[in-house]
Amino acid sequence: MSALLEVTGLAKSFGGVRAVRDVSFSLNRAEMLAIIGPNGAGKSTCFNMVGGQIRPGAGSIMLEGENIAGLMPRQIWRRGVGRTFQISATFMSMTVRENVQMALMSHHGRIRALLPLANRLYAEEAVAILERIGLADRRDQMCGVLAYGDLKRVELAVAIAHRPKLLLMDEPTAGMSPSEREALMQLTASIVREEGMAVLFTEHDMDVVFAHAAHIVVMNRGAVVTVGTPAEVRDNSEVKRIYLGGTLEAAH
Amino acid sequence: MDLSFVVNQVLTGLAGASSLFLVASGLTLIFGVSRIVNFAHGSLFMLGAYAAVTIYGPVVAALGPAIGPWFAMLCAALAVGLVGVAIEVLILRRLYHAPHMLQILATFGIVLIMQDAVVLIWGYDQIVGPRIPGLRGAVTIFGLRFPQYELFMLFAGPAVFVGLWLLLHRTRWGTLVRAATRDREMADILGVDQAKLFTSVFFLGAALAGLAGGLQLPREPANIYLDVRVILEAFVVTVIGGLGSIGGALLASILIGLLQAFGILIFPKSTLVLVFAVMAIVLMFRPWGLLGRPEPQTTSDLAETKAAPPDRPYAAHLVVAVLAVLMVLPLFAPDYIVKLSTQAIIFGLLAFSLNFIVATGGILSFGHAAFFGIGAYTAAIAVKNYGVPAGAALLAAPLIAGVVALGVGWFIVRRTGIYLAMLTLAFAQIVWSVAFQWVELTGGDNGIVGVWMPGWASATGAYYYLTLAVCGTAIAVIWRAVFSPFGYTLRAGRDSALRCDAIGIDLRRHRVLAFALAGTAAGLAGSSFMFLKGGVDPSLLSMDISADALIMSLIGGVQTVVGPLVGAAAFTFLKAYIMPLTDQWRLVLGVIIIVLVLAFPRGIVGFVNARDWFSRTVTRSPIPAVEERTA
Repeated sequence: MSALLEVTGLAKSFGGVRAVRDVSFSLNRAEMLAIIGPNGAGKSTCFNMVGGQIRPGAGSIMLEGENIAGLMPRQIWRRGVGRTFQISATFMSMTVRENVQMALMSHHGRIRALLPLANRLYAEEAVAILERIGLADRRDQMCGVLAYGDLKRVELAVAIAHRPKLLLMDEPTAGMSPSEREALMQLTASIVREEGMAVLFTEHDMDVVFAHAAHIVVMNRGAVVTVGTPAEVRDNSEVKRIYLGGTLEAAH
Repeated sequence: MDLSFVVNQVLTGLAGASSLFLVASGLTLIFGVSRIVNFAHGSLFMLGAYAAVTIYGPVVAALGPAIGPWFAMLCAALAVGLVGVAIEVLILRRLYHAPHMLQILATFGIVLIMQDAVVLIWGYDQIVGPRIPGLRGAVTIFGLRFPQYELFMLFAGPAVFVGLWLLLHRTRWGTLVRAATRDREMADILGVDQAKLFTSVFFLGAALAGLAGGLQLPREPANIYLDVRVILEAFVVTVIGGLGSIGGALLASILIGLLQAFGILIFPKSTLVLVFAVMAIVLMFRPWGLLGRPEPQTTSDLAETKAAPPDRPYAAHLVVAVLAVLMVLPLFAPDYIVKLSTQAIIFGLLAFSLNFIVATGGILSFGHAAFFGIGAYTAAIAVKNYGVPAGAALLAAPLIAGVVALGVGWFIVRRTGIYLAMLTLAFAQIVWSVAFQWVELTGGDNGIVGVWMPGWASATGAYYYLTLAVCGTAIAVIWRAVFSPFGYTLRAGRDSALRCDAIGIDLRRHRVLAFALAGTAAGLAGSSFMFLKGGVDPSLLSMDISADALIMSLIGGVQTVVGPLVGAAAFTFLKAYIMPLTDQWRLVLGVIIIVLVLAFPRGIVGFVNARDWFSRTVTRSPIPAVEERTA
């Protein structure tokens, strides 16, 4: 079976700066792939090109055989790609449940309806998703007053509402406590197992990366250093030298 | 067109550009550091002219004709600078973190107060200014005579530009101003005393406006229409140049100055349309103006996005009770009250439709009067010129307004915040000047009169019920829309455009549709108003109507659903009862606006809601709503 996502020769320059050059990797269904690298390595730029927030300078992004490079984010979403943001982007003036309902209304093509009451549409479906994420008890709280970790989970709930084939998670656990991190990643892993969804994520916490990623793309200065399983990456001397230094040894 | 004539027009254009630059540089300087678009900047210009003309005689008598005139203008400029300081310290300082709408309304309140203050002090009549000794003659350039004073003005603008440039680039103060313009939060971290910096910038900006006003005196008399004309020109210049950019202001001044000098030869009637059209074209290709920078997400923008959720649908029995009173009103109320109530319902629809895009959609329009006026004019012209039945005109005119709103919306909804407000204002002014100058179609200044509903429907009571039915239905539709998926999506776009895009929402199309819906509703309010008054005139398209609609929302409560309706009723009746008592309605209104903005930004309904008097009917989350932070 061919890969779900096949990224080839991706590149982007800002002004004269080559933020990303010749990045290639692929991702199978029901697999979690992490992109790691030091600050400024080009992880977020890569990520935003796959999500459509940044237009690629060159290269192709094949999703199930269709090139989605350069499409608008909303078109990429229609093709079954959900995402979360590093700095969470939720609808602050709405409740947690309404945030998920918005995604469901868009999924069902009802956003221009003038007659129904929005907060009654797909309410049960939204609650079911929230129960799965463990946010059901917060469903009636405004997003504007939620704690940071909870907002991250709202992001996840909104992102999986239209049952994406591919979920993009940009620093999903930033700002969370270690136990919250583990819980969120366990949850993500269970969704991957049960629904066959693939996850592409960036993450600073190496414990999270090595515990959950099936494959890891290591980037430095805009280019891919190596791609491999956690064990391969851990043993790669170049990775140790350029990026990880001694920290990986210290952590494991 | 021979060469000497062209040269003469170029010089005339550049002299005009100088004057534009003096005003616009102060406006853009103030915007740069405070992110406030100061509507009162034109009023400061007007004040400068009046101050200079007042002290001119005594000062020249004391100091002689060589120094006297310049000293008088300088003193006037300094005095206006101090007025600017007072405005900053007393009012605007408290609003730096407030939403744009409150900032705009506060400065608009100052405009109203200054208009009446000038009339109180100097009267309605224009005061002819002096001609400066030594600059009364003309020089001959390429065989055509060119006034000396214009030649002097031609150099005044560049001189001020050089002075400002040195001040901004060669002094510590200038470095701080540039730092604050570039990144306010960073300047804050660096330990800049913002209060002092902002006050000094306001002083300089206001003094420049005052100086420009004084320098204008030999060209035209001090008069009470200077403020609106000057502020519109200054807005155009700063927007084209890029808000916050002094160099951009110079460039745009020259562009507009030349455009006016030559435009008057091509389109003698409508230089304003030409000027606004150029602005629209520039913004299409350079959204942030010629030399402007993309606006970073500022604190005030965030305050807007964190706006409170709309209140829950009010208890059905409250709505029924109000409706019941409205249904029987004509049975016991005198005609006068019934007429006022009709007007209140019409303005209710206007304010309600505006608040739908402003509060729910985050689309800050300062030109809603355009669609109100288009509705009114379309209905009047349809009946008068084409013999369309009145009822059909009443209902068809809004569709025209809606189609226009669809087209205009398509261009402007890509912008946000202050740029969007400026573009809507520009569009409304274009429509206004078309109505004013296309005399054959619109009757110009006199408008169109004697257009009434036929027979039975023209009676006060009957028309009241007609309005209640038609406008009431429109209000109900928009009310429902607020809570529908359409309204939720609009609000979602206000909260986070990024997230909308990432869940498959075409936000631009959605915002255009919302703008068109609001425009249609405003058009219906306009055609209803036309039949109530029996005619139209250009005042229906004026900035005052756009501002009134925003003020109604402010009075009632911007972040509430019923606020605009309550506000429209309060505004209509207040105005009707206060106006006969005083000649200074604008002063009263200005004070009301400023008190509301500073002390009760949540308005009547917001105030009532916060008391939790409806705790049984209004479900609220146990945690304080986000609006606490907005207020």
